[in-house]
Amino acid sequence: MAENLQFAFSGLTVGTVYALVALGFTLIYNASDVINFAQGEFVMLGGMTTVFLAMAGLPLPLAALAAIASTVVVGLALHRLAIEPARTANPIVLIMITIGASIFLRGLAQVVFDKRFHTLPPIFGSEPIRIGGAAILPQSLVVLAGAVVIVVLLWAFVDRTLFGKALIATSANRLAARLVGIDTRQIVGFSFAVSAAIGAAAGILITPITLTSFDVGTLLALKGFAAAMLGGIGSALGAVVGGLLLGLLEAFAAGYLSSQYKDAVAFLVILAVLFAMPQGLFGKTRVERV
Amino acid sequence: MQDETLTPAARPIRSRLASLRRHPLALPAALTVLVAVTPLFLASSYHYRIAALVLIFALACLGLNLLMGYAGQISLGHAGFMGIGAYAVAIGPAHLGLPSWLSLLAGAALSALVAFIVGRPILRLKRHYLAVATLGFGLLIAIVLTNEAEFTGGPDGMAVERMQLFGWTAKGTVTWYWISAITFLLGAKLALNLIDSPTGRALRAIHDGEVAASVLGVDVARKKLAAFVLAAVYASVAGSYLALFNGHITPDVAGFLRSIELVAMVVLGGMGSILGSLVGTAVLVVLPQTLTVLHDYEHMVLGLIIICIMIFLREGIVPTLAAALGARRS
Amino acid sequence: MWSWKMPVAGVCAGLAMLLAGGEAFAEIKIGSVLSVTGPASFLGDPEKKTLEMYVEAINAAGGVNGEMLELVVYDDAADPNAARTFATRLVEQDEVVAVVGGSTTGSTLAMAPVFEEAEIPFISLAGAIQIVEPVRQWVFKTPHTDTMACEKIFTDLKERDLTSVALISGTGGFGKSMHAQCKKVAPDHGITIVHEETYGPRDSDMTPQLTNIKNADGVQAVVNPGFGQGPAIVTRNYRQLGISLPLYQSHGVASKQFIELAGDAADGVRLPAAALLIADKLPDGDPQKPVVVSYKQTYEEKTGQDVSTFGGHAYDGLMILIEAAKRAGGFEPAKVRDEIEKTSGFVGTGGVVNMSPSDHLGLDLSAFRMLEIESGDWTLVE
Repeated sequence: MAENLQFAFSGLTVGTVYALVALGFTLIYNASDVINFAQGEFVMLGGMTTVFLAMAGLPLPLAALAAIASTVVVGLALHRLAIEPARTANPIVLIMITIGASIFLRGLAQVVFDKRFHTLPPIFGSEPIRIGGAAILPQSLVVLAGAVVIVVLLWAFVDRTLFGKALIATSANRLAARLVGIDTRQIVGFSFAVSAAIGAAAGILITPITLTSFDVGTLLALKGFAAAMLGGIGSALGAVVGGLLLGLLEAFAAGYLSSQYKDAVAFLVILAVLFAMPQGLFGKTRVERV
Repeated sequence: MQDETLTPAARPIRSRLASLRRHPLALPAALTVLVAVTPLFLASSYHYRIAALVLIFALACLGLNLLMGYAGQISLGHAGFMGIGAYAVAIGPAHLGLPSWLSLLAGAALSALVAFIVGRPILRLKRHYLAVATLGFGLLIAIVLTNEAEFTGGPDGMAVERMQLFGWTAKGTVTWYWISAITFLLGAKLALNLIDSPTGRALRAIHDGEVAASVLGVDVARKKLAAFVLAAVYASVAGSYLALFNGHITPDVAGFLRSIELVAMVVLGGMGSILGSLVGTAVLVVLPQTLTVLHDYEHMVLGLIIICIMIFLREGIVPTLAAALGARRS
Repeated sequence: MWSWKMPVAGVCAGLAMLLAGGEAFAEIKIGSVLSVTGPASFLGDPEKKTLEMYVEAINAAGGVNGEMLELVVYDDAADPNAARTFATRLVEQDEVVAVVGGSTTGSTLAMAPVFEEAEIPFISLAGAIQIVEPVRQWVFKTPHTDTMACEKIFTDLKERDLTSVALISGTGGFGKSMHAQCKKVAPDHGITIVHEETYGPRDSDMTPQLTNIKNADGVQAVVNPGFGQGPAIVTRNYRQLGISLPLYQSHGVASKQFIELAGDAADGVRLPAAALLIADKLPDGDPQKPVVVSYKQTYEEKTGQDVSTFGGHAYDGLMILIEAAKRAGGFEPAKVRDEIEKTSGFVGTGGVVNMSPSDHLGLDLSAFRMLEIESGDWTLVE
């Protein structure tokens, strides 16, 4: 029993990390149909910028805010300079652009920062909380709480503000949205900014657990993308559930089956889910227009 | 439009040139001349190695391009098939006592079989769901290659025996340039034949719209599967060549990054363009070699170049330039 | 704007250099292929800095036998295929006389045939024993082997009367290779491996694996072969679960950074490592003391970063090469190779090196010190 609880804690810790990355994918996808493979680099930039600003003597909260702000600038620049000029292109071309951007940002980070691993101090210390024979770090709860806050804010924003309604409209039908007077370009740019902010915040929250380095983004993007697809791309709830599920799958596979094949088990389950539900768990069916 | 600016005497020449370009043997002939003339510019075994690598990866891209450019299906796990081919020629001679050439064929057959089995359920998925499923498939192969160290040598990889045919050993960069060049030409010819066949037309119809294609009587699932299996065989042979050429192979050959690189080669060169497969590959193989002069700025510039090509040549290098030259050839 | 202009200027400069058709330096070229970026960048980065730093210093001091050195470094990003291409390039384009480098075992094994064929001495900086066993005529290496690390750990375990051990290893090349070597030599030392777990190179939580170890019967100590950030997370998770068994890390975490990343959890962890890590604490009579203190000071002054044994391996490789070239009276590859093989009594950061035709590593177990981490610093276990 205690070990099941421990596996669950592990799965939740890792799963919330995936969920936060998956949320970033979902938001940009909704506004623009683009899968942004530079999402992992937003996470990296959040963590690394905070680490280096803190090393330069800035107080941690200030460093974190500055890191989020600068990542948002990067997100806006990515949209304005690379995505917007090619917005009419084939989706795979846009994906290639985001891959190019992720190579560029990794290259930038290794020049501006360094190539070593870094960490941040956990907010509530590193003394584990023991429940039922299992142990969880307070920082895992912080990440979990962070994910909840971000999801609630997103929901409130999308559901309760005019801007959010414009986002929904854009995601439903871009042409129609433009016809009713929505500046879709602004909406898409905004989605990049918010995704960057979510990514950076995630990067700051998870660094005390996962550590960070200039190339931490690749794997996070891969897992986050898988989580988003498992949940059904375009659904915020799907992103969170997909992320948590992926984390739990890995933890229980490592605990019960084989730690060597835990990633394989996770992807086998994803494949099985997609074969049964080709739109993921919470995805909407798209009708192909003839 | 431009013809009007030409003198009447020049017009027939131009139209004759255009018809020459449309001739079914024009591209194969041009490619043959290209690979035959290239060695004149290769000064060292290093140059030959780069050229051979371009041709080997271009071979894999030819197959992927059939899948992406013609059938309109993406695969983010295609390096998995390269991995099967590469480890077939490594494991066959080392553990099973098979000759290399037979292992190569067995690897290709195994890739075809695997593609056939997983292809049917995977290809039912659409767009990004297909992307994540193929990605997962590629990862599974890479994980097996990494973990089954008794057979594969694990992450540090294993040595690959030289290929021997009738007492002759295939080694050296010049030899491998010619082996990969001839195979690439055969692969390109095969791909061109396929494109001009009814199957090719069916694939293009699928690319333009699956529902419409099925209404027109195309067996969509079957044709997609055919493209997937063929693409797997191309990648497998390329993987075998890479392993035999390098003499040492690691699971990186099947990794996620390699898959992304293959897709990038196809998209940069131009989806649906045979010549594009070669050009896109050449760009991504040669570029990192020239960018080494930038040292720490290498990756930044590589990323920027990819972004710029995709913004300014968004149909891919070859189709965009071909359109600009007024010589549309699908 | 500088970030835009610099690469563009770099491209132009690079193209100009290519067009100029090669430069006319009459220097001795030494090649290197390192994993400066990618998953093994924490090896390649200090290695590159070390080589650059010392080649510069050697030239400033008048070169070797009056000849100036030029260092050509390529980054393989831990991709063996790229490493092999760069190896060919070093031989054919750059016409180097010797190679120091190859950060990972995969890259080293991929490059070795190229240098063997070109008959150029190659000193690898990678760990696994396959590099020098069986002996390849032109291939040498400086880091201790993973087998030695296992033996050192097992010897220490024996002294503490601990004989049943659990292994938790990274699935990267380093962890996988050391895992296999530890299993191989365990019986010789009377050690039984009672439980085995692994984790991926980029995993961020290992509590499920450690829970299994915690619940396994009869485990008396845990050994963690691996490098990168993985061992730091293992160490933290170990304390998180409140496991009180002795924990052994490998020589793959031998830099101060491990202590920073693992924090308080690192206290009590033991690991085999080169004397470099405890340069200041070595007794004055120790033959390695002057070398390691000087390297540590130079590296930390120049880079502002903590010294790691990885950079030390690059220092040893370069210096063994330079000494051999001095003895050979020049850089003629065949003579240099013979002299490298004759290296004896060379005092490096990794230990005292005595090579022979059957031993292209030249280190023995005495090169390793058993260290324990105590309140955030290394201490020597006597």
